[in-house]
Parts: sequence; structure tokens; C-alpha cells
Amino acid sequence: MTTSGEPAGAGGGSPLLELIGISKAFPNVQALDDVTLDLRGGEVLALVGENGAGKSTLLRILEGDYHPDEGELRLRGEKRSFASPREARALGVRVVSQEPEIVPDVSVAENIFVGELPRRLGRFFDRRALLRQTRGLLERFGFATDLDPGASGRSLNAAQRQLVEILRALRPGVSVIAFDEPTSSLTAQEADRLFGIVRRLADDGVAVVYVSHRMREVLHLADRIAILRDGKLIAVREAGATSEPDLVRLMVGREISAFFERHHAEDHVAEEAILRVQGISDELLRDVSLELYRGEVVGLAGLVGAGRTELAKALFGERRIERGRILVDGKEVRIRSPRDAIRAGLAFAPEDRKAEALVLVRSVRENVSLAILDRIRRFRFIRGRQETAIVSGLVQSLRVKTPSIAQEVGKLSGGNQQKVVLARWLARHPRVLILDEPTRGIDVGAKAEVYTLVRRLASDGVAVLFISSELPEILGISDRILVMKAGRITGELPGEGTTEEEVLSLAMVEAP
Amino acid sequence: MTVRKDELGGPGAPSEQETGRRSALRLLGHGVSFVGAQNLGLLAALAVLVTIIRVQSPYIFLTSNLLNIGSAISVLGVLAIVQTVVIISGGLDISVGSAAGLTSVITATALVHVNDLGFGLFAGLGIGLAAGTFNGIVITFGRVNPVIATLATFSGFRGAAELTTNGNSVGVTNSSFNYLGSGRIAGVPVPFVILVGVALVFFVALRYTDIGRNVYALGGNPTAARLAGINVTRYKLGVYMVSGLMAGLAGILLTARTTSGQPISGSQGLELASITAALLGGAALNGGKGTIVGAFLGVTILGVLENGLTLLNVSSFYQDVARGGLLVAAVILQEFNLSGLRLRRGAAAGTGLVGAKQVE
Repeated sequence: MTTSGEPAGAGGGSPLLELIGISKAFPNVQALDDVTLDLRGGEVLALVGENGAGKSTLLRILEGDYHPDEGELRLRGEKRSFASPREARALGVRVVSQEPEIVPDVSVAENIFVGELPRRLGRFFDRRALLRQTRGLLERFGFATDLDPGASGRSLNAAQRQLVEILRALRPGVSVIAFDEPTSSLTAQEADRLFGIVRRLADDGVAVVYVSHRMREVLHLADRIAILRDGKLIAVREAGATSEPDLVRLMVGREISAFFERHHAEDHVAEEAILRVQGISDELLRDVSLELYRGEVVGLAGLVGAGRTELAKALFGERRIERGRILVDGKEVRIRSPRDAIRAGLAFAPEDRKAEALVLVRSVRENVSLAILDRIRRFRFIRGRQETAIVSGLVQSLRVKTPSIAQEVGKLSGGNQQKVVLARWLARHPRVLILDEPTRGIDVGAKAEVYTLVRRLASDGVAVLFISSELPEILGISDRILVMKAGRITGELPGEGTTEEEVLSLAMVEAP
Repeated sequence: MTVRKDELGGPGAPSEQETGRRSALRLLGHGVSFVGAQNLGLLAALAVLVTIIRVQSPYIFLTSNLLNIGSAISVLGVLAIVQTVVIISGGLDISVGSAAGLTSVITATALVHVNDLGFGLFAGLGIGLAAGTFNGIVITFGRVNPVIATLATFSGFRGAAELTTNGNSVGVTNSSFNYLGSGRIAGVPVPFVILVGVALVFFVALRYTDIGRNVYALGGNPTAARLAGINVTRYKLGVYMVSGLMAGLAGILLTARTTSGQPISGSQGLELASITAALLGGAALNGGKGTIVGAFLGVTILGVLENGLTLLNVSSFYQDVARGGLLVAAVILQEFNLSGLRLRRGAAAGTGLVGAKQVE
């Protein structure tokens, strides 16, 4: 109860929803510990904290999905049980999920109004009314050009799926809306419009809870910021009275350095590039050439859809290239499958770690050792001790928070899952490491650890290709920055002294 | 030692004087790890089942009856084990029963022409392998869903079996071949010895080799497996080839047990029974999960159930109902059991890595 003494917020309105002394324990972890917090109508309250700090648990409680072990919830002064998601919805409390469930084979309109389809003549649903309502909703919030009400759920990209999820929550009678990292899959423009929606909801008197890992976003958008750490409410700050370093310090409980010793481009003039890519093209990539040298981190920037992931997958043999050559240490290699790429010394941590990198139902041990089984076996038998030593060593040096290496990976938090993916490739000692959005959805503490790790790998001589949509991150970590747009590399910038504007202008130049 | 403890997530008990109790606990831990915590429920179910039957009929514990059960479950056992492997890899093989039937008639026919044990085995295993390879090619290169592909060959192999002998059974007189079905080694029926051998081979392969790891990875997340450098196509193909080979072995056992090649009777329904046993044993249809110990226990439970109901003179119609009920109950219980165990293991596991370090 370190915070009950905080002064009332600038919004000043009476609390709409009060959380009083909420505690929730899971085996082995106290997810929430005596959290008292009030949500006020007309106000945006940001909720920040590292993964595992208790943000998700808090949202699940608001959603009616979890029930607190202790404490109570009061809506407009009245005690409510929030016994089920249905009840939470009936009370006007909505949570916008980070990973929306979209029904693939029905339209956007039906996805938005799922469960509440307009009907007439009893149970027959009224398609025309549905489309009309959907268009109205899209126009009201300025998304008419982003979403076609008739498009099928299957055809939506990540940002559009997120929009559908947001629109689901915008119902008459809603009094509390919680957003769980809504911008993690949105472009800058889409995010801007989302901020517009959030402000508008607050202006309409809705109490908005906004969970995000992006400090700038939070400082820009929120009225008050609540910081959670290890299940406890550490502080509630007025947005105007705090700063990014302040928040990070509160979240992590220690200072984090964002500065790295960089490599200098002139160091490798005489060297042969570890990886040399010459004019590779396919249906999306257009004549892409690049070199990666020993010990450097090369940032790959660009807007969503610029072809960065496709380039990574092409290099790794996961996409067929139509033309062009790939040389490792000056020798041409034929990479027709990830297997070939790994043999050539490449490693690739894909963007969507759950779908593409991890075997969620298997243990940390099995996930980490998956790419080195050929090196730790003898007559096809895995050397158990050697495996344990390698896996435990990596788990410790990367500080993977797991009860044991026998733990199912699916039960770890996002940041720890990402570390498991990295551990898999570190075990392999690759020459070239391709990281696609390695810090997406992980908390600041884990991010800082990823940066440190990347720099350490580089200083050990690994060439790292670092794909990211977060410009501060690219600018902070890269020795050189390559920028892509529409399948081409549109320019190269030095890592030091480059501004976000310079990168963006290359990312958005009109194709020649 | 710390190593083992990590694996077990077992009771981490630092600095206690009662070393005796601790080593007993550790032994128990090893036992649990060998059987797999998720299989303890199955063991309990088996114990309950045996107890209930024992109360009603004294014959269950007769050595001859136990050996009978062992012999009776051997054909299904071999199929359930390989079905478990297929399910772990994220697939399903509905054709195993038909493939066993096809193997049975072809082996018998082969033995009629060349009365030689080796030739019979060669023909049987060869046909099984060919059937599995066909499945594998259709699934991998034809990109057909395994359920559909093996549903097609389920029908196709059965038809081929009937065509081979015009629907008739073929007697086998080769005594060394028939020994495989009715012989004893140190009093234990040969089919059961073969089943145990097969189970051991698959247990070791799944648990201690890179092949096993890769099969689990393939079933748990094929994309991740591919991106980790596993040749997914080759593994899938391999899984169905092995499945066919084991269906061939099952067909041989079937033939030897009945001393005749049977196109349908004897193998009919084995595909679904093998899936039942695999699921009973904790294999997950989503892939990536399942154990050989579980499959073995699953088959044993089905065998004991059938034997017990026969001892108790219950009509075979009820036996089918009982088997279905058992599957539903087991899967529901496993859900509960698993979540319960997970909680406790999670709690104990808090001492996992950290606790292990303290012990050092």
C-alpha cells in the first residue's frame, strides 16, 4: 500500500471503478499483491510494468476471467463480483485483447458484431443492418479506408485484426475499456488514429486503461500512469510529472543503460564479408544486395510490408529466391532450406516466436537444444549431461526465468520465451544471426538484456542483422542501418548520428 | 544429481539429515520420471480396474490368465505404440488395421507358396513398409491431410486384402512361423515378448535420440521444426513408413496367433482401437505430446477391461460401451489430473534451478 496517498488526478472526477486490495496468487507466484487503484471516467490510466509484473492478471480480473483471491471491485461505489466475462461485459467493462480472436471464414462486420448480430423476424440475422452499422462505426472512428466490412476474417493483417478487436469494444453503454498493448502491431499512422480514439473515449467519459511497453506512447497519451512490479503497485504518477527514465527505473527497480559501444565501419575495409548477398529477387524482393561483416550489428529498418521479413526468410532458405547469389566467406552457397542455411552458419529468430520458433508444448530443454542435436549426439543418442550443461548454462547466462529446464515453454512469459529462442541459436554459435523484431512484446528489462546480448555477440565476432520497426531501438544498437521500401534497399546510413527522420525519409521515398 | 532433479522437477529438499528418506524420495522420483507423472493416473486407473475385477472373479490373477492378457494385447499393442508415434508427429494413421489385414493374407499366401519363415517375415514386413511408404508419399508429396489419406488407404488396403484371397482366409502350416503366435519364451508368450521389445525400442528412440526429439518438435510446431533445421518432409515420410512397418509386424502376429491369413476378421477395428489406446495413454491429437509408457498402459487397461468383462461373463456388446466410456472418462480425468499435477509441480519446481545450485 505504498500508493494510497497519491493525490487525486487532474481529471478529478469521482472514481468509476475502484479496485481495493486486490490480490491474486498462482502456484509459485504472487501475481497481484494488495493492489488498490481507482479508474476515473474521462481519464486515461496507463498501466506499465515488466512482463510478469501483474498487468495481464489485472486485465483478466477486469474481464471477469480471473477472480481475485482477496479484495473487491466497486463500480460506481457498488461492490460487484465480476464473476464471469459475461457479467463484466454487462457492466460495461471491456478489454481489448492483444491477440484478437478472429473468425477466419466470416466477414469483418460479423466479426465485429459477433454475439450481437442485428436480427429481425426472430432469429434471422439482418445482413443489411449489419453492414450499415459496421460502416457507421468505421466512419465514426475514421477507419473506413482501412477495413472493408465485407472482407473475410482470413484476409486481415495484424493491424486490421487489432482494429476489429478495438471496434468490438466500442459499444454503447461501455464505461471502462482496457487496451492491452494495442499498438504493438500497428503502423505509426494507425497508432495515431488509435490515440485519437482513446482520447475521444475518455472525452466521452469512459475510463480508459492503457497497457503498453512503449513509454513515449504512455507519456503522450495517459493522464496518470500506474507502475506495477512483481505484482505490487509501485507508484501512480501524473503523466506531466514523470519522464521515461523515471518510469523505467520504477518498473525495473534499477537503472538501464541504452548506450552501447559501437563498431566502426572502417574497421572491416580489408576484410571479406561473412555474408554477401548479390542481387536477390523474388516476387517481392527487388535486386537486394548487402554485406555483413564480422562483429557488426546491421539494423534493417522499413515500414511494415517493406520486405524485411521476406528478405530474412529468403536468406534463411524459407522463401525461394528467383535470382541472385548468397556468399558466405566469399564462397557461394546454395540455400534451399533452413537446414542449408544453418549448415552455412546462419541463424534466424523469426518475428512470431510462438507460431514460428517455439514448440510450446515441449520443455525449455528441448527447445533450446533443438538446433544442436546433431552436435551433441553419439550414434543418435543425445548426450544428456552435455545437453543439460549447455541448456542450464544458457538459461542462467540469459537469465531465463523458469522454474526448471523441464518447464513447458508455453508457460513462460513473452520475454523469457524470446530468450529461449535466442538461447537456441546461441547454442549453435552461428556466424550470422538474423533477428526479426526480437523485442516485440517483451518488457523493457528483457529488451535491455536483448540489446546487451546482441552487442556481446557482435563483439564475439557474430554478424547480426537486426530487423525492427522501433526506430529508437535501431538507432541505438546498429553500426550501420539499411532501409527497405517496397522490396528494395533504398539506402544505408551510419548507426551513429543518424536521426529518425533520416531513416523514415528513406523508408517512405517513392520508388524510382 | 542436480541434473536429474531439474529434469524431474521433483521435491527439492535441501540440507535435511534424513538421507535415507531423501534417497527413497529420489528413487520414487526416478520411478515417476520413468513412467511420466502424467501416467500415474493411468496406473491408478489400472489398479482400480484390477481390484474391481478381482472382487468379482478370482481368476484375474492366475498366471495363465495374465499371460493370456499379455498375448491378447500384443497385436493391438504394437499398433497403439506406433499410432502414438504418428500422433506425436501431428498426424494420424487410420489405415493400420487394414494394412495389418493386408499383411496377414499376403504373408499367409507367401507361406503357402514358399514354406519358409524368413520368406514369410520378409513378405509381411515388406508389404507393411510398402503400405506405409505409400501413405507417407501421399501425405508429404501429395500434400494430403493424413486423416484423409489414411482413410482412403484404410479402404484401399482392405479391398486389396480381400482381392488377394477373394475374401477367404488362408491357413498357415509353417510351425516355426506359428511359434511366433503361440510359442513361449521362459513361459512368456512370444507375441508379448515381441510387444515388449517393440515398446522398448520406441521408448528409447523417442526419449533418448535426436530422432525422437525431432518427432516431438515436428508434431508440436512444424514451422519451428523446419526453421530449426529439421527436414520435416523426411521425418513425416519416415513416421508413416515406420507405421506401415509396424502394421506389417502386427499383421504377422495376427497371422501367427490364428495360424491363418485373415483379410478382415481379426484386424477390423484395430485402427480405432489403436487410436483409443494412444489417446488413453495421453497422446494429444494436436501433436507434440504422448509417451510410449502411456500407450502401453492404455493398451493394458483395454486388455484387462476386455479380459475382466469376459471373466465376468459380460456380453461383448457391453464391452464396446465400456471401452468408449473409459476413453471419455480417461481423457476428462487427464485434463483435471494434468492441471492438478502442473500446479504441484510448479510449486515444487520453485526450487528447481535455484535450489539445485544451493545443493552444490
